Amino acid sequence: MSTQEIRFSGFGGQGIIRCALITGKALSLYDDKFATMTQSFGPEARGSACAAQLVMSDSRILYPYITQPGVLLALSQEAYDKYYGELPKGGVLIVEQDLVKLKSDHPDLKLYRVPATRFAEEVGNRLFTNLVALGFFTAVTKVVTADAMKKALPGLVPDRFLKVNIKAFEKGYEYGIEALKTAGAAS
Amino acid sequence: MTTNIGKFKDASPMSGILRMERMPHIWCPGCGIGSEVNSFAEAIKRSGIDPKKLVVVSGIGCTGRVAGYVNFDSIHTTHGRAIPVATGIKLANPELTVVVFSGEGDLTGIGGNHLIHAARRNMDLVVICNNNFTYGMTGGQVTPTTPGGAIASTTPYGNHEYPFSLPFLADAAGATYVARWTSMHARNLTQSIEEALSKKGFSFIEVISPCTTLYLRRNRLGDGVDMLQFYQENTVLKHGCDTRETAINYQGKIVIGKFVDKNKPTYLEALDKVGAKLVGDDYQLYGKTLPEREAEAKAEKERVAARRTAALAEEATAAEKGSAPKAAVKKAAAKKAPAKAAKKVPAKVAPKKVGAGSTAKKPAAKSAAKVAAKVAAKPVKKAAKKAPAKAVAKKTRK
Amino acid sequence: MKTVTADPKGVDAGPHFMDGDHALAEGALAAGCRFFAGYPITPSTETAERFAERAPEVGALFIQMEDELASIAALIGAAWGGKKCMTVTCGPGFSLMVENIGLACITETPLVIANVQRGGPSTGLPTLTAQQDMMQAKWGPHGDNAMIALSPDSPQECFDLAVEAFNLSEYYRVPVIILTDETVGHMHEKVVIPPADQIKVVPRNNYSGPKEDFRPYKFNSQGGHPMTQAGDGYNFHITGLVHDERGYPVMTAEQGKIVVTHLMEKINGNADKIIRLEEDQVDGADVVVVSYGITSRIAVKAIQDARKEGLKVGSLRLITIWPFCEKRIRELAPKIKAFVVPEINYGQMVLEVERCAAGQCKVISVNHCGGAVHEPEVILDAIRKAAK
Ligand SMILES: Cc1ncc(C[n+]2csc(CCOP(=O)(O)OP(=O)(O)O)c2C)c(N)n1
Ligand code: SF4
Ligand SMILES: [Mg+2]
Repeated sequence: MSTQEIRFSGFGGQGIIRCALITGKALSLYDDKFATMTQSFGPEARGSACAAQLVMSDSRILYPYITQPGVLLALSQEAYDKYYGELPKGGVLIVEQDLVKLKSDHPDLKLYRVPATRFAEEVGNRLFTNLVALGFFTAVTKVVTADAMKKALPGLVPDRFLKVNIKAFEKGYEYGIEALKTAGAAS
Repeated sequence: MTTNIGKFKDASPMSGILRMERMPHIWCPGCGIGSEVNSFAEAIKRSGIDPKKLVVVSGIGCTGRVAGYVNFDSIHTTHGRAIPVATGIKLANPELTVVVFSGEGDLTGIGGNHLIHAARRNMDLVVICNNNFTYGMTGGQVTPTTPGGAIASTTPYGNHEYPFSLPFLADAAGATYVARWTSMHARNLTQSIEEALSKKGFSFIEVISPCTTLYLRRNRLGDGVDMLQFYQENTVLKHGCDTRETAINYQGKIVIGKFVDKNKPTYLEALDKVGAKLVGDDYQLYGKTLPEREAEAKAEKERVAARRTAALAEEATAAEKGSAPKAAVKKAAAKKAPAKAAKKVPAKVAPKKVGAGSTAKKPAAKSAAKVAAKVAAKPVKKAAKKAPAKAVAKKTRK
Repeated sequence: MKTVTADPKGVDAGPHFMDGDHALAEGALAAGCRFFAGYPITPSTETAERFAERAPEVGALFIQMEDELASIAALIGAAWGGKKCMTVTCGPGFSLMVENIGLACITETPLVIANVQRGGPSTGLPTLTAQQDMMQAKWGPHGDNAMIALSPDSPQECFDLAVEAFNLSEYYRVPVIILTDETVGHMHEKVVIPPADQIKVVPRNNYSGPKEDFRPYKFNSQGGHPMTQAGDGYNFHITGLVHDERGYPVMTAEQGKIVVTHLMEKINGNADKIIRLEEDQVDGADVVVVSYGITSRIAVKAIQDARKEGLKVGSLRLITIWPFCEKRIRELAPKIKAFVVPEINYGQMVLEVERCAAGQCKVISVNHCGGAVHEPEVILDAIRKAAK
């Protein structure tokens, strides 16, 4: 797959934009890929919903916006409600398990659930929810390497929280690896 | 014109300060701008400021032409934008002394927003505002300071708007030095400009001035000399006057004096503080650290003080010798260019009669100014009487 | 153009993941810009924010002025105060600036203005993309003026062209406008900032000869004439009035002709040296797509699809918008069937293409009223039509 489109979504304050920035930076600076990140600035950016989009590719990206995301990370009910319909058959849907009530089992999608907020609290603060989610995302989608993601963190998270952010990322990542195993076993 | 321009230029005490190659200037006979420029030039000479480090910025208007006649780095900008251009120069090179010289329409009408914001920021600028109650350059329209009832070409039945009181405006916006004079108060104006030049922060000096050709003529207020007489009789010197009490009514009393003289950090000083706190000892602006800049400023201040002492000493010797050459030039100028005399005489006579010791700060300045005005007004009266005919002719050319 | 290597203080070398707005600020700092005056307006504000953040460590100065009139005026002051300077805005702010862009043109003041275009007219679509100020950049100021405008298609090019904008501005002593758009301004991509010793910058060329020979201007229609800075003792006079080479007003038709001819020819007469284009398979093409900024990336997508259909399509990307690449369009017009000109406006640069094509081939406008980029299919359709 040479081009992949990803949407990160949730509510303001969850660090959604940061998720896209970290992933985009990891891909383009450390994974030798091309990545273009856009976010909504228009009227749709108002209110509590928040989304950022990433197009990644092996070659130069021409069209900067996403047309049909293959991966959706939804950390809030509103985000899930708004965007899950965009996913094509076989698309990857990752939701915050305690915040999103699913409307169906989504048999056509690859569905993953992660208690990111709860894990973040265990690590120390729910502020790290996005990093838990990113770790999980990295493990289950494999679009980006965990190594690149960790390298991308300095400058995008405060220096004094770098260690704990990495810890949150790893917690999510490990949970993702487990989730993959279970999913693999199930199918 | 029968003036022997070449001779006048060479002999002028202002050569060096004015761009003599650009004379004669465009101002009408009896216009107040010329004498203000003289006061300005005098202040520069006495201030000890390095003329190389002085920049004059003007907007557009009759007053806006000042930048074109002074022999310093000078910029004639667009209408209303002198203050932001000056802000740019000052911040690009904080070692410079930057003076804005422009009209009240330029500075308080189209450029009013810049005026209040430069004052608010305490930008280190000296702003000299020639207030002639009219848009001179465009033919005498109403301005933000035109007194109620006055006739202007766009208020042909009398001005129905409320005017600004500029000292109040500048004060309220945060200026740290605010003064008002008239173009007749040459001595006080010189002193005031000198003070402002030596002071850090935003200084605003308003100069009430006759626009003979338009404002005076349209309101049937006589000529330039009549106006000087009017200023003499109707100005009230009130240093420290609450700026709320400085409003000007049509042909009413004009409060003059120094109203505000206070200190607070300038824009750049405040910015430096933030930078130094953030970056520490390494903080620099344009490659110079704060201590380096402070040392340079201190050294320059000492040089300025030395030059000032020298300038005052020279002035004193000249006064003792009876300043024969200067007087001769003046006489020649008065004879051959009566129009110019109207502007020159007050500026020249005033300082000598008042004496260097008298300062605007002292209440004595009031009587001193009156004396100066009397002396000034007399020779002027005859000289400038012929002006109106020429002025009208000039007006039709605009 | 004499160049030196960049002052490392302003160069944040290395790879970054940043948006176009930030890259503009970094490009300016790398080019030696040390003075920024601006007024916030979406979608350009991030450039100002980045400059404000970086200024103390670089030793530069940032000031938020009271409006755009003041911002551009402060730049003119700062330029003559000896600093390379920049401001950034978009349509509404640019509209307020135009009078003083004219002052910068006639006083031959180097400065750089970025217009991160958003949808108009008026407040229009404040957060959404457009390319509707292409003509305004050139025709905004009253009177005949010539200036230079560049259009980046990526954050990387925002950096690169910011450096180039300063270089052209310094050499030709002319305002240079970077015409980017909300999409490029706000999208994040990899931006590689080279080390300082690999960045070539044109330094401020200040006169240092004898005072009596000093002339702030030379009306010879060429670039490279030195300027001066306040405080150097040359007592310059700068005015927006028509002037002689000393800078003194001379208000006659004859002098007007000398000055205007010089200003116009300084840019138009050196167009070959100034203009940069990016061409792909233009020779032998039936259809040439002329595009710029973000639209050129969308166009490439359409061109690739068209080529898959066997159509002979070339791409001509305008990196330099003004002066316009008249010569190249005139050369190509008789050889091809059609130019296709997609742009996020109601048809602006297409007028220039039409003028230069002079009826020798078809010219198809693919216009768009702003708020989004084109759907590539729309451009593809136009290419198909053009190839018939
Ligand atoms: C943008 C713009 N609007 C209007 C004008 C026309 N204009 C030139 S000078 C002037 C008025 C100047 O009045 P003031 O500042 O009081 O100066 P004065 O001539 O009275 O000294 C006007 C309106 C202009 N040059 N530019
Ligand atoms: S028109 Fe008025 S302000 Fe202008 S020069 Fe003449 S007298 Fe002075
Ligand atoms: Mg006036």
